[in-house]
Order: sequence, then structure tokens, then C-alpha cells
Amino acid sequence: MLNITEKILARASGKKEVSPGDVVFVNVDKVMVHDVSGPGVLAVFEKLRKKGMTIDKVWDPERVWVAEDHFVPAADKISAQNIVLLTNFTKQFGIKKHFKYGMGQYGICHTLSHEEAMVLPGEVYVGGDSHTNTTGALGAFAAGLGHTDVAYVLLNGKIWFKVPETLFFKLNGKLPDHVMAKDLILKIIGDIGTDGAAYKTMQFGGTGVSEMSVESRLTLTNMTTEAGAKSGIVEPDQKIREYLAARGITRYDEVHGDADAQYEKVYEYEGSEMEPIVAKPFSPENTVVARDLSSVELDKAYIGSCTGAKLEDLEAAAKILKGRTVKIRTEVLPAAMSIFRKAMDGGLLKIFLDAGVVVGPPTCGACCGAHMGVLAKDEICISTTNRNFPGRMGHIESQTYLASPLVAAASAVTGKITDPRDLK
Amino acid sequence: MKGSVIKYERDNIDTDVILPGPYLKIHDYAELATHAMEGLDKDFHKRVKPGDFIVAGKNFGCGSSREHAPIALSYSGIKAVLALSFARIFYRNAVDGAFLLPIEIDESAYKDISDSDSLEVNISANEIRNLTKNKVYKMKPFPDLIGKIVEAGGLFNYKP
Repeated sequence: MLNITEKILARASGKKEVSPGDVVFVNVDKVMVHDVSGPGVLAVFEKLRKKGMTIDKVWDPERVWVAEDHFVPAADKISAQNIVLLTNFTKQFGIKKHFKYGMGQYGICHTLSHEEAMVLPGEVYVGGDSHTNTTGALGAFAAGLGHTDVAYVLLNGKIWFKVPETLFFKLNGKLPDHVMAKDLILKIIGDIGTDGAAYKTMQFGGTGVSEMSVESRLTLTNMTTEAGAKSGIVEPDQKIREYLAARGITRYDEVHGDADAQYEKVYEYEGSEMEPIVAKPFSPENTVVARDLSSVELDKAYIGSCTGAKLEDLEAAAKILKGRTVKIRTEVLPAAMSIFRKAMDGGLLKIFLDAGVVVGPPTCGACCGAHMGVLAKDEICISTTNRNFPGRMGHIESQTYLASPLVAAASAVTGKITDPRDLK
Repeated sequence: MKGSVIKYERDNIDTDVILPGPYLKIHDYAELATHAMEGLDKDFHKRVKPGDFIVAGKNFGCGSSREHAPIALSYSGIKAVLALSFARIFYRNAVDGAFLLPIEIDESAYKDISDSDSLEVNISANEIRNLTKNKVYKMKPFPDLIGKIVEAGGLFNYKP
């Protein structure tokens, strides 16, 4: 009667079974840091060294991987220095999986986690970033941690978790063509609120999810963070096996929930009833149907981030932008170089450039207001990203509307928030 | 612990306002402190005194995993945040890094405590004394492991 999350945590803590509320120390399979959390972890190491601790190795360098994403290309002297810190760290500790900006494959950490199959079904994966939840779509337990906790994992290979309650979200039937997984997860967050899944796991299933692509599932798990969830997960199936096989990986130990698995609550959604959804400023729970916002005039469209710049996100945007031109400034930033290349090979980049869009390098960039295209005072942006808190993408008095790539692209064409069905 | 209250009567105070994104590249704790709460209250750093408490509504610290958020508050002098509830990563960062105490209070205490009130927090008794109003509130006790980590002074000092 255990669900998949309970089974993974039981196995990782060496117990026969665990129940929600139990606090367990679990063995970690993979851990990730990036150019923000990495230097943060190194600051924790320094603090510990000052207290007399010797730190000259990590528990298992093969299980550690490093991304450069938040402040690349280096935004200024401090961020350039942070990349140097990260490089010295991976050299000193013998960490080989370091995806470096400007050296082939690199990109947003969560995107690399699946593009490069850094995490496998049944594993416990932690990362120094809140959207670590994303990778749960591969059938792993994936959760974000802060610097102290990641430092602890790097030295000890384990960390404590309270076994979460699981909320099960069942999608009955396919989503219509004009609706994306982004619309569904925004709808769910609007329904349950930004603390609606606090400390819990959000599991997705049902025929609609079975029929969904792996990338769409990743959009669902990615934004479980915005509902306060500890993790998001989908049971692995043939689509996941094919996705991993395409990346040369066939050996892993899948975990599945029991047939009589228990969930705290089950929510049901009918695929055919779903509509394009937009979250208004200043919270992802502030959702309405896109058509209700058709009078909102925009300054910018942003198609980027771990949430909204995977290959199928770019394909969706290109479908809209093909043969059209944008009315507001529009940026597309593929989430990883592998996706950038596929977008080039598939002719998507030409469509974007012909439409007047600027295509930039993979980076978290303006999604977290770090650099590259941040918003000015009073500017209004429609974005395929995940958060729209005050000041998230720039000036504290700027505004971000969260939407699917289809809605963002349609809005780029008209300059107003636009349901893709209403585009002439 | 004794100190005075800086109260924000709102829910979902997120990490982007506690420590805005552009400062994520900074890892100097004292410098981070100068930007604490910048997205919500520009005067915070002028006002905050060592030992102060923040009082806020539900889901405090939601959003990013940035440990910069509890660090910035801690190095500003904040000893504890008293809130209706906390987002999970902020909560564990605060406890595991021993930066400040995340204390859950109930609705009546939240309503009763005013800005600038003087409080005394007694963890072992799970009690908060309002010295200004001469009242006592209960705090939600720390769960077992959390209490032990708090007592040890952070995760690295805790021996499982």
C-alpha cells in the first residue's frame, strides 16, 4: 500500500516501509550544484574549515554534477569570479561532470538533468535549487535544498527528509491542441494555492499524463515548487524508458507504487475541459483563463527557462510565429545547447529570426531577474517561466504574466495577451 | 531571547523580496544583510536591531531555495521569524544552517502581536511572552529531529 515516493524513500533509508510524517536519513544517489548554490556551498565549507574541519574530498565525485546557468554568460565581475570558484572546486574535488558555458553541452541545470539523463528512475536526487523537483518526472524522488544541506550531502552522502504526504493529480484524457502542460499546472496551482502542497509530493497520473510527452510531464513537476511541494513525480513508463534509451541508458532500478497505494487526496481534471491559463502578477496562484486578459497590453514576451524552453516549448512557439512577425520585443532562450542545436536542425531558429525574435544563449537570465533582458519600471511581460513575484524579472514595479509557450508566442504577435485560438 | 517585533501583516513573503535575485551572486554574509527585505521594505536595514523578531503570516519564505534569504535576515540581526507557517526550504535552511529560528505561531498570537512589541521567546517552554502587552502565547513545538538540530546548533553539529 505504499506509493512510489514512499517506496523510494524506504529503499533509500534501508527500511521496509515508511509512512508520511516519518523523519528518515536517506542515501542520496545524485547531487547537483550550480553557479549560485555552488559558491554558497563553498562558503559553508569555509565556515566549517574555520571551525577546524578538514574538507578535502566529497563522498563520491561520480555522483556530483555541476551546472553553470544563473549568471552565464558572466553578468559582471562577481559572477565571473563565481564561475572560477566553481571550476576550481570541480578540479580540486575530481568532479568530472561539469557542464561549462562555451564548451559544448551546457544549460539550465534542470534541463540538463533530463537531457543528459543525470538522474534515473528510482533514485534520490537533491540539488541546490528549488526547481530540482523537475526531474521527478523521470520517476525519481527529486527535491531542492539549500547550501548547508547540499554541503552536508556532499560530505556525507545522505540527508534527512520528512516523508511527505502525496497529493495525486489525475488527468482524464488528452489536453486539446491549444492547451499545454503549462496551462494544466497553472490551473492546479490556482486551485490549490502557493502553499496548497506545502511539504507534500504532487504525483501526476491518469490517461492524460500517460499520453503526455516526457517534456510535458517535466513542465508539470517543474512547477510543483510553486505550490510549495517538496517534490513532484510521475511513475516511469515506456515513454521514460524510450527517452532514456535514446540517451544510451537502459540499466536502472525502477520503483512503482503498489496497486493499493495510498494518497492523501486525489484531484481529477478532464483534459477536454482545459483552457489556456495565465497567472497574473504577483503570484503563480493568481490564475485566470487567457481570454479574460485580452485587453492587457504588453512590452515584452520571454520564452525561456527550465519551465518553458524545452524543445517542444520552442516548437509550440514556432508553430505560432511561423510566417508572422512580433509586435513587441521577444526573446527565445533555449534551455540547453542540445535543445538549441535541435532547434537549429529543425528550422525553428529561422522561424524565430524571420519573426523578428532575438535568440539568446541558454541561461536562467531574466527569469530570476539576474541579467540579460530584465524588466524596467512599469514594464509588462508575458513569460513562459515559473514565478511572477514582485521584482522577479527586474524592477520591483514591473509585471510578469505566466503563460504557456503557445500563449506567449500568440501574445508576442498581437502585443496583447492572446489565446492562440483567437490569433488571425 | 528578547527583542522587538518587525511585523509584516501579509502571507507568502517570498525569497525574491527577502533577498532579490540580482544579489544571488553575493556570498559575503555581511553584504547580503544590507539587502535584506529590500523587495518589500526598503527601510528594513535602517530599522532592524540585533535580536529583533519578524512576525508574518503564512507560507513565509516561499519560492527559491536560496540560503541567502535566512542568511541576510540572520546577519541583519533577526533571531527568529514568527509566522503562521513556513515554506519548506526556507524552514530547513534556517534550522540546518542555524541562522535563525522559524517559529510557528497560531492565528490569535499573530493577530495580537503588534509592530514594535517587545517579546521574550522561551524555546524550552514553547512559550512567547509579550512584554509590552503582558500576555503569553504558545508556540508550536519543534518536531523531534528539528528540536535536536536546533539544540545542537545546526545540522553539522548534530550526530544522528
